Amino acid sequence: MENKNLRDEIIRRSGVNPTKCMRCGKCTGTCPAFDEMEYHPHQFVYMVESGDIEPLLESKSLYRCLTCFACVDRCPRGVEPAKLVEAVRLAAVRQQGNNHMTANDVPAKIEEDTPQQLIVSAFRKYTK
Amino acid sequence: MKFSYFPGCTLKNKAKDLDEYARKSAEVLGVTLEEIEDWQCCGGVFTTSKDEIATKLSSVRILKAAQAKEQALVTVCSACHNVVKQTNYAMQNDSEFADKVNRYMDDGIYDGSTKIYHYLELIRDVIGYDKVKEKVVNSLAGKKVAAYYGCLLLRPNTVMRMDDPENPTIMEDLIKALGAEAVVYPYRNECCGGYVRMENTEFAEKKSNTVSNSAKLAGADVIVTACPLCKYNLEKSGSEIPVVYITELLADALGIKEDNNGK
Ligand code: SF4
Ligand code: SF4
Repeated sequence: MENKNLRDEIIRRSGVNPTKCMRCGKCTGTCPAFDEMEYHPHQFVYMVESGDIEPLLESKSLYRCLTCFACVDRCPRGVEPAKLVEAVRLAAVRQQGNNHMTANDVPAKIEEDTPQQLIVSAFRKYTK
Repeated sequence: MKFSYFPGCTLKNKAKDLDEYARKSAEVLGVTLEEIEDWQCCGGVFTTSKDEIATKLSSVRILKAAQAKEQALVTVCSACHNVVKQTNYAMQNDSEFADKVNRYMDDGIYDGSTKIYHYLELIRDVIGYDKVKEKVVNSLAGKKVAAYYGCLLLRPNTVMRMDDPENPTIMEDLIKALGAEAVVYPYRNECCGGYVRMENTEFAEKKSNTVSNSAKLAGADVIVTACPLCKYNLEKSGSEIPVVYITELLADALGIKEDNNGK
């Protein structure tokens, strides 16, 4: 998909209006995955807004977001950055052959007492 | 009083305690939880993308089943609650989404009108803490209990509306009603690492340890949660204090814990 189209599509699917962002960085300050992300939530907002999507699609940050909604609740402008992270992640894993996890990866990662919730949640976030 | 009840897949397997103690305690408190027939897994996490339809159908069918019985729906697992509630909110507020979903419903549309209670809300809003106090036979006086909310019960607050998202009291109020001391600590509404454990165990352990250490430092001798994944993550990451389900604490105070056969 061409960049402008992809940008518009991601914004549409997320329901987020990135132009509301005032770049205060509060979302990033409250993000528990901060240390693990090369692009932080406020950067997702800015980069999507400016159509700089490719680096995000390739970034491990997509799989480090915990969907904890801290950035959503604590953004003073109601931007909801997590929804953009999700829309970009979906754009990545929906590409054929681009699932971030496969069923074959699971046995090595689970134990006798692993809750089903962990496995289904990871599948929902990392695969399509 | 009867309510429709959605336990979810984990409560049927690795988190049987959460389920069994919830049902039995509810009976003692005068509420019967009637399990929805034929439910399917909610998927564990809500997908916020507006064009994700299929992943939300199981939640809509659960909500619809409760509506057909003209009952409110009760959930216990924090994750199920979050997914079902966010789905219901989308059915109420996003007509394009609702329209697409309803095309899959061959037995009439769903209008988003089912009322959803998390078990904690059922106790606060329907049963009442006074009734709980009345039924306590084994007071937990002297126990220092740290409520762990995590993220799923409280956020996003525009949808969940359970409590003040930054200073909740719903679990502490129940803990106090059971006679125990509620320990408030800084990380009670921060994330345990969630499903990212599958991706990066070390990172998830760091998140979990921050939470359990915070509770321990505040003087707690036990952490309570309503989420199987929070419990697992905290325990596996080496929490120095035990982590139990809030329903187990409740059942203990109500004197029905030894009746439980499940694990
Ligand atoms: S908290 Fe909100 S306004 Fe501030 S940088 Fe993040 S998205 Fe922008
Ligand atoms: S939802 Fe994701 S991006 Fe937002 S604060 Fe949580 S981990 Fe960070």
